[in-house]
Amino acid sequence: MVNKNPFKFFTRLHLSELTGRRAINLLQLLTHLKRVPGSSIYHHTHRFLQIHQYLSPEPPNDFGYWVTEFLGESELGEKLTSIDTIQFSTIRSLRMEIIKTIEGYIREHPKALQKFVNPGQEFHFLKSRSFVLPTKYEATTLREFSEILKKISIDSIYFYIFEARLRKGKGINDFSAWIENSIGDRELADKIASLDPYTRTMEDLRKTLVEIIEGKISKELKK
Amino acid sequence: MAKLNDYIPIIGQPVIDELKLLADKLRGKVIQIINSTSVGGGVAEILNRMVPLLKGLGINTRWDVIKGGEQFFEVTKKFHNVLHGGKELVENRDFEIFYETSQKNIEEMSIYGDIIFVHDPQPIALVQKKTQNQWIWRCHIDVSNPHEKVWAFIKKFISQYDASVFSAPSFAQKLLIRQYLIPPSIDPLSDKNKPLAPSVISAVLKKYGIARDKPIVTQISRFDYLKDPLGVIEAYRLVKKYNDCRLVLAGGTARDDPESGEVLAKVKEKAGSDPDIHVLLIPPGSDLEINALQRASDVIVQKSIKEGFGLTVAEALWKAKPVVASGVGGIPLQVKHKYSGQICYSIEGAALGIKLFLNSPDYARRLGEHGRDHIKQNFLLTRHLRDYMLLFLSLYHPEDIVSL
Repeated sequence: MVNKNPFKFFTRLHLSELTGRRAINLLQLLTHLKRVPGSSIYHHTHRFLQIHQYLSPEPPNDFGYWVTEFLGESELGEKLTSIDTIQFSTIRSLRMEIIKTIEGYIREHPKALQKFVNPGQEFHFLKSRSFVLPTKYEATTLREFSEILKKISIDSIYFYIFEARLRKGKGINDFSAWIENSIGDRELADKIASLDPYTRTMEDLRKTLVEIIEGKISKELKK
Repeated sequence: MAKLNDYIPIIGQPVIDELKLLADKLRGKVIQIINSTSVGGGVAEILNRMVPLLKGLGINTRWDVIKGGEQFFEVTKKFHNVLHGGKELVENRDFEIFYETSQKNIEEMSIYGDIIFVHDPQPIALVQKKTQNQWIWRCHIDVSNPHEKVWAFIKKFISQYDASVFSAPSFAQKLLIRQYLIPPSIDPLSDKNKPLAPSVISAVLKKYGIARDKPIVTQISRFDYLKDPLGVIEAYRLVKKYNDCRLVLAGGTARDDPESGEVLAKVKEKAGSDPDIHVLLIPPGSDLEINALQRASDVIVQKSIKEGFGLTVAEALWKAKPVVASGVGGIPLQVKHKYSGQICYSIEGAALGIKLFLNSPDYARRLGEHGRDHIKQNFLLTRHLRDYMLLFLSLYHPEDIVSL
């Protein structure tokens, strides 16, 4: 399984920027959600994962967390956290889904608008600025690809699984795209694409990816 | 002094590789860091570790310190307190004193960097020397509820900078320049945080006359009203009704903090003749001793009234110690209540947290371990180094997704 289009590994590092926007209740949260840049929606639906990636495999959603822990609207919090982020191929569509979820909840529970958080518990809107850098790693075979996956930083895995797919509107993660188009293994590409990365810790995700690829390599060798 | 590769066993080779990739992109730039003191306090502590690492990465980095007399530092300490939300009378004369010393520094200090990285309000006026270079203002203070007049005063300077940095989201303000969130960090290889042999710990306890016959509850901080050492004594007294323990209040002073002598005197007065309260004035540079005291402690407290970040919390968590801390400033970024520590909002809350830990050692140990994991992932010097390099690069790339 050698190909002429090597997979060049990049990594993505990011800086958090403060927008100065904050919300003390659902109405303000909704207002800002409609206006903040896409990089803010991305931050609050993905950054938690990186900060707490060793902690628990919860889908990262700052909005859900805040609504539950500080506003006390657990049902809405669960709805927000349960949004199937992997189904959305653009930040825009993810934003619309979050807004739709909150607006729907408010229609059914108008009293939720009367709740305010205490000082110090405001929701602060941040945004992510991403810096993409080439690494020294390049794979031409699945074996090389798997070995590099074991060595690269979590930020690099993150870039391919989340950032490229959603922020660049690619709709599919880069690993699957390369495996399908350059290695020619559609089945393996689909298997990786079908993983829900939002319900795993990053190291679990790395381990799973390596296991799937090495499983395929072993299978091919046995043929 | 640790070299970058010394961090590999802690954070892994891939992270070090990424730092080197970033540093490559900053070759040729001169970074000039300016603050008000090179000893004492968290800022100097971080810079003392960070600057050599930046140089080690091949980035031309220099560190300069402004000059100022007692009057100037009394004024800037007052500004510090009121920016934190404290209630002190700020007079026009204070601004005059600030201007006078600032003007002298403007005349005398050479500005030569491509990127000028100014820390806190003391040197803030230097931005009047801005030319083609890029200026960043780094705020280490909790300005979520600042004194209006003083904030309006320094905001005039801030608006001349190209970017600003704050330690926690709640510190963000309405500014026309970009504001970045970069929490500070600890150095796991420094004397303050590296592992210590039991004999070293015992020697320090012996030096300060602290017996290990009962649990030790410790707060390590400058003697500053905002760290509420008097409140910690009250919490200890509430705990003491049920749990026999020792209280250690250990701290030092900083050149730019003229109030510390007064606070220390009040703490000693409140401690009175209680043989189980140990008030220790630790001289600057006693990092091994601080390390030993933290490692010897059963519970570590940070009952601050206000904090910028609260580096002592990260230090304690790195040592997997159970921490009881106020939910102020950057502390909630470090301590997740009941997961990696206990957050308190009062003397009674602090006392409750301490008792819970003393009476449930397994729970205390578990939370301490979670705390260590959290610090490892998010608050080590290498993460901070990365963020600062990204910050410098951001000055030259306005877009949200930057391909380097």
